[in-house]
Amino acid sequence: MAPALPPTSSTVTLNINGEKHTLTVDHRTTLLDALRERLDLTGTKKGCDQGQCGACTVLLDGRRAVSCLQLAVAAEGREITTIEGVAEGDRLHPVQQAFLDLDGYQCGYCTPGQICSAVAVLEEHAAGWPSAVTGDVRPEAGPPPLTAEEIRERMSGNLCRCGAYVSIVEAVARAAADGEKHTEAAA
Amino acid sequence: MKEFGYQRVSDVAGAVAVLGADPTARFLGGGTNLVDLMKTGVERPGRLVDVRQLPLDQIEPTSDGGLRIGATVTNSDLAAHPEVRRRYPALAQAVLAGASGQLRNMATVGGNLLQRTRCGYFTDVTKACNKRAPGSGCPAVEGEHHNHAILGASEHCVAVHPSDMGVALAAFDAVVTYETADGPGELPLGWFYLPVGDTPHQETALPPGALITGVTLPPAPVAARSRYRKVRERASYAFAIGSVAAALDVRDGVVHDVRLALGAVASRPWRARAAERVLTGAPADGGTFAAAADAELTAARPLPRNGYKVTLMRNLVVAVLTELAEEATR
Amino acid sequence: MTTATRRTFTEAVGTPHPRVEGRDKVTGAARYAGDIPFAGLAHGWLVLSTVARGRISSLETAPVLAMPGVLAVLHHGNAPRVETGYTGMLSVPDPTAAVFQHDRVPHLGWPVALVVATTPEQAREAAEALVVHYDVEPHDIAFSGDRPDAYPVDGHMPGVTEKGDLAAQLAASAVTLDEEYTTPEMHHSMMEPHAATARWDGGRLELIDSNQGTHWVQSELAQMFSLDPGSVRVRSEHVGGGFGSKGVRAHQVAAVMAATVLQRPVRVVMTRRQMFSLTGYRSPTAQRVRLGADADGRLRALEHRSLNLTSTFHEYVEPSAGVARVMYDADAHRTANEVVRLDVPTPTWMRAPGEAPGSFALECALDELAEKCGIDPIELRARNEPERGPVSGLPFAGRNLLACFREGARRFGWADRDPRPGLRRDGRWLLGTGTAAASFPSGALPSTAAVTAEADGTFTVRVNAADIGTGARTALTLVAADALETAPDRVRVRLGDSDLGPASIAGGSMGTRSWSWAVTAAAAELRERLALNTGIPPEGITVRSDTTEALGALAQKERHSFGAQFAEVAVDVTTGEVRVRRMLGIFAAGRIVNPLTARSQLVGGMIWGISMALHEEAVRDRASGGHYGADLAGYHVATHADVGRVEADWVEDHDPEDPVGIKGVGEIGVVGAAAAVANAVWHATGVRHRALPIRPDRVLAAAAGGRHV
Repeated sequence: MAPALPPTSSTVTLNINGEKHTLTVDHRTTLLDALRERLDLTGTKKGCDQGQCGACTVLLDGRRAVSCLQLAVAAEGREITTIEGVAEGDRLHPVQQAFLDLDGYQCGYCTPGQICSAVAVLEEHAAGWPSAVTGDVRPEAGPPPLTAEEIRERMSGNLCRCGAYVSIVEAVARAAADGEKHTEAAA
Repeated sequence: MKEFGYQRVSDVAGAVAVLGADPTARFLGGGTNLVDLMKTGVERPGRLVDVRQLPLDQIEPTSDGGLRIGATVTNSDLAAHPEVRRRYPALAQAVLAGASGQLRNMATVGGNLLQRTRCGYFTDVTKACNKRAPGSGCPAVEGEHHNHAILGASEHCVAVHPSDMGVALAAFDAVVTYETADGPGELPLGWFYLPVGDTPHQETALPPGALITGVTLPPAPVAARSRYRKVRERASYAFAIGSVAAALDVRDGVVHDVRLALGAVASRPWRARAAERVLTGAPADGGTFAAAADAELTAARPLPRNGYKVTLMRNLVVAVLTELAEEATR
Repeated sequence: MTTATRRTFTEAVGTPHPRVEGRDKVTGAARYAGDIPFAGLAHGWLVLSTVARGRISSLETAPVLAMPGVLAVLHHGNAPRVETGYTGMLSVPDPTAAVFQHDRVPHLGWPVALVVATTPEQAREAAEALVVHYDVEPHDIAFSGDRPDAYPVDGHMPGVTEKGDLAAQLAASAVTLDEEYTTPEMHHSMMEPHAATARWDGGRLELIDSNQGTHWVQSELAQMFSLDPGSVRVRSEHVGGGFGSKGVRAHQVAAVMAATVLQRPVRVVMTRRQMFSLTGYRSPTAQRVRLGADADGRLRALEHRSLNLTSTFHEYVEPSAGVARVMYDADAHRTANEVVRLDVPTPTWMRAPGEAPGSFALECALDELAEKCGIDPIELRARNEPERGPVSGLPFAGRNLLACFREGARRFGWADRDPRPGLRRDGRWLLGTGTAAASFPSGALPSTAAVTAEADGTFTVRVNAADIGTGARTALTLVAADALETAPDRVRVRLGDSDLGPASIAGGSMGTRSWSWAVTAAAAELRERLALNTGIPPEGITVRSDTTEALGALAQKERHSFGAQFAEVAVDVTTGEVRVRRMLGIFAAGRIVNPLTARSQLVGGMIWGISMALHEEAVRDRASGGHYGADLAGYHVATHADVGRVEADWVEDHDPEDPVGIKGVGEIGVVGAAAAVANAVWHATGVRHRALPIRPDRVLAAAAGGRHV
């Protein structure tokens, strides 16, 4: 017997930047399109729609992900943070401030993705995650220092066609250093 | 992309049952490959069964000293896991060499094993492709193939498997476990991927409707000294044009144990058993390493514009084994 | 004189200033063309041909129209007719943009239909479902330097220039070189896809678009649709990169057609794959360079011939040989820009058109000549500095190339360089350094501006500039602040709106120079008006300017920016990997308005050079005539990990006779950069790579002593 045709849309509640949004989505709708076309959260950008550029990077449960390959219906129950939710009110996140001060962008289209990615890179590094350029990945080797080379590798999923890479890496390094100072001060 | 149904499942039996009832259904893991293929029209499922929340997200040591990795463990968690990094560093390196931080956070181990080739003919539904549309032909043989297979291909398909993780898993004799309506089963990675032959569309030996539940790595002390090297056409965020996963145990200057697998050379991660046979028991020197590489690559059948891969793989094998041998003497 | 009171402000020009829209960009508040919501918005999805040549025999529209949400299917059988028999601001229109006017298909990826639906998901599925039947004809896409059907073309410069007896001078030369250099098809690949929303609002056509000049797009659309220019408004506030590709394209025309037919707002956004055939690209080039020199390196003969492809229906010339008309003189001097017509889309301007590929060939050839002569490459260039334009005979309005080389050599550590190749090693890497010269024209286009002194003491500058990531909004704020002798935070710049009037496009490195000229002129007159001290009425005092006349009065000179590029590379000849460890570019580019953003642009250009040297290559499939791997995984642009330490700086470049003093910095950075990398790869390995990109397989083949592939 042929299976009954399943429904092709669902009502979901998405938790975005601490706010709950209930909407009915076509199952084909990606999280990226739901943000942009349904919720007017257009800070998340569509660069390739294929997971090949990183412009649509958001945080899912605190981890960076490309929202173009994340179906909206499958994002229910997850904590979604977009570029609109990175700052604390009027106070920019240190990564945002560093991008602004050091000109870590040009056209600005890849910028929200770069910033979300950078925020997560700092977390991943703080958690001791190695990268493809970490010389010794064994846990005994300890966490790698966040050198320019480490930042470049970790940020490589975010293309910037304007070629703002140099100042982006500087901005991420500065935000990381600010974070360390902050941690030291708190300790 | 056509319309489709969607449902979440919370237990393995339920997942398998849904797929059994609907042959148009597909399992959805991280979606990093499937959703992309749905956008390009390569995949047109009638229903997605979201398996991300199945309780298969653990990495646990096995009693014999191996590791069991759940199918929904993300690539990121796999690469960050201390026991993976300690016991199988090449596996962590391979995973880290793949895709981007964002994609590794989404992608799962089960999905990674099942990802499809990035051959540009396969991903373009306006072109012929025996893997996507059996019998339509393989334009790559006469057309663009500079990143296509040199080993194990056929006139029907010369595409390569894109996984980095799979190369390390192949080197370490991973066993894929799965569940079907008739019960569980397992397949060593060497049997998991089918030869290309004249059926390039049949990629794995998984029974229809089977759900991958995990991967088991048998204990391999040699793997503690292992390495993954990947060459690609930009420094990061690109698929391999050649890669090597190798583990080497040298005692008194002689190869005591070795594991070697090659990536981006065949329709599947390529375990280099011919090379391993040359290496085992032989002096751990450049001559042996080169002879081993040659032994594996005598089977290479390059196309007009991918012959460089033979040179590349030979050099890579020698380089990685040399590095491992040098580290062993330190 | 009132100098004492005048100098109470700090000069803004020359002081680093963060982008004025920076906060919007880092918080996601900046809205790009596809980000602006409209009630009742419908979504258009383009359908492209799957054959490279032929005719559309039929389209099966009925089943598609029956699909959920589908509102219309536009195609050559039912689309509004458009006018194409006009000459636009920059050229005659490219028929690829004038969609759905006939049944002919001249290339794969030609727009054959637009499917409009209520949601993007519906539009996409319906577009994919549309069956189009073709009468297919054989196609020809084979590009090579020896095409017999190549012919010279005049673009914005003559196709051919020649003087002297080339054969005789080559015969008389102690050292000669005759090599072919090739560059592949390259794509702009800006991060923001082309997107436009069209709607009719009270009898006026409004277009929210992503482009490099709203006045340009407005005037073209008005002509195409036979509308009064005043009844068309085009806005483009934030633009996610352009690089030459964002002019009039299929998406805008299709969106206007659909909005007209449906009488509701319609947005058309291109997919990344569609961009590969609809938005132009840099043609591949095959360039032959012949040089003849005395033993001391002085050129007697120089020939630079460049061939590029174009479509069968529109001529575009990539004027790569033009760079030789500026850089080096010789007793016999011949340059030629030629094209061949193939069944492909029309190429277009792409960041440093002509100069980017041309400088790769010419500056590599100079490096080879230096090696043959046993002369340092910088010294070779110094010995061949022309007094006047080699072809034009005109004087240079400043030529500070050697100052760039001196400063660059000092900072890069060039003096310690051993010129012999293949000697330096760091582990598995062979190391090498290379250099190349750069030049780019410093032009201007007529522009208008309006500057208003507001009653509250602030100023509003209205100039129809486009900020495509160049920092134009900020630069013009600083220029206006100085011209008005006020602080930048008292100046508000409005741009990107065709209602602001005619102005230069953001292209050809002319934008900032052109717009600044108009802004400065209006501001100067406004200051005079304010000096009369009659008080400011509530509506403010506005002064308008138009630079058309001033531009026409500019003396005929060779006006260019110059630069010296340096690169250090590491090459693993066993794997073919090449890494650029560091680059330094020193430029003479006039007065630098905003050092912070100018540096970004120059560095960005240099990164384009790295990308061009090592990665970029769009591959065409001979059998189908279309691309293989037309996406950002198949078409590699440099990512973070490809870019080591890249620095840009500048030397004093002041022309007291220039009315503006500002030159562009958007393109000079890419010029010569790929050559510097390729010359460094030679220095590392001893192998010349004359075909870009320098892929691993090419490095491996070279190491094996094989033929270059």
